[in-house]
Amino acid sequence: MSDTIKDATLEYAVRLGDDANVLGHRISEWVSRGPFLEEDIAYANVALDYIGRARMFYGYAAELANDGRTEDDFAYMRDDRQYQNLLLMELPREDFAYSQVRQLFIDIYYGLMLPELVKSKDDTLAAIAAKAIKETRYHLRRSRDWVLRLGDGTEESHRRTQRAVDSLWGYTHEMFEMDDTEQRLADSGIGVDITKLRDEWHRQVSAILAEATLNLPEDGWAVRGGRIGYHTENLGHLLTEMQFVHRSYPGCQW
Amino acid sequence: MPEEQYHRLQQRDTSEVKELWDLLDEVKDPEIPALSIWDLGILRDIERQGEHIIVTITPTYSGCPAMDTITEDVKAALNAKGYESIEVKMQLSPAWSSEWMSLEGRRKLRNYGVAPPEDAADSEDGLTPDAHTLCPHCGSRDTRLISEFGSTACKALFQCQACKETFDYFKKI
Repeated sequence: MSDTIKDATLEYAVRLGDDANVLGHRISEWVSRGPFLEEDIAYANVALDYIGRARMFYGYAAELANDGRTEDDFAYMRDDRQYQNLLLMELPREDFAYSQVRQLFIDIYYGLMLPELVKSKDDTLAAIAAKAIKETRYHLRRSRDWVLRLGDGTEESHRRTQRAVDSLWGYTHEMFEMDDTEQRLADSGIGVDITKLRDEWHRQVSAILAEATLNLPEDGWAVRGGRIGYHTENLGHLLTEMQFVHRSYPGCQW
Repeated sequence: MPEEQYHRLQQRDTSEVKELWDLLDEVKDPEIPALSIWDLGILRDIERQGEHIIVTITPTYSGCPAMDTITEDVKAALNAKGYESIEVKMQLSPAWSSEWMSLEGRRKLRNYGVAPPEDAADSEDGLTPDAHTLCPHCGSRDTRLISEFGSTACKALFQCQACKETFDYFKKI
């Protein structure tokens, strides 16, 4: 592996790890706050899948960096400006409809992205993707069912779900943008050319929203910046909670 | 016998360290103590290089919290028999499949009160069906899915309409 490609792969692994870590933490906040016990457990399971992915991506980043850092350094010892997750992942959990709509957008995204990453010339990224695909199929079935139920449900659930779609829409564009690093990796057959998946994502999302009697928003606004470390205020608060123990008790083991 | 099963048994039977496979039968999954890591298909390979033993395991789900405990348990089981130089490797590829579970493991699972993957009715998308998974308690198929996600990542939750008991179903993946 050439040094440029190696550095780019490391950065890519960190980004994918950040996406999984931040979303996994955000979802885990539903534990003990779900609408009923089974949903509490379901969210705990999905969160765990994402935290597992984060560990695998960070573990690989640490291996590539080969400078003594471990997966924990990537998760706990970086500040918000160093995190490169998509903004969509860090937005607060809000109400149940909001979290499920976000999850639907993300599940469809990974449902398209992971089968491409499986073809990566990088064996480790391909192996992580192959594991994650199977889990995402279960996640997607749940988020799809909930969005259908809530969108085509009571007047209140419909109103809340439509509000979630409208407030999240502007954050979805960033999922399909690539910088030079990701372009180089896509050209080398290591990363996914995510821009090519946008139309299919849009098609699948539109079909589910239509079935749920929800309106597809106009593309009026877009927010971006997560990949270069410009985050919403939410990430700092999330990291504070996530990193507190590790930073307050360095080297603590149990 | 499913093809995956056959290959796993062949691998074990033709191994040069057959006694170590037997020894590791005592390492159980901490979440489902009725099953050994062999039964679940988590144990992928055992190699011996001189005095050095390399055990390869694979996680069921990405976030499976049992892997650290299993790693420790594998080392402890081998240490107890005098093996000192042990390395436990985590292998991600090929991704774990519920097909790898041993036939014996499936029986044990059912006796333990968890429906194994093949006790589910067929579903169009290959995921968990909404109903008709065989109840491990009374054998009825008059059952329904309560939750896609159960007490661990690998299980879903069902209820039997005949005996009214709830039960875990080990998901196909």
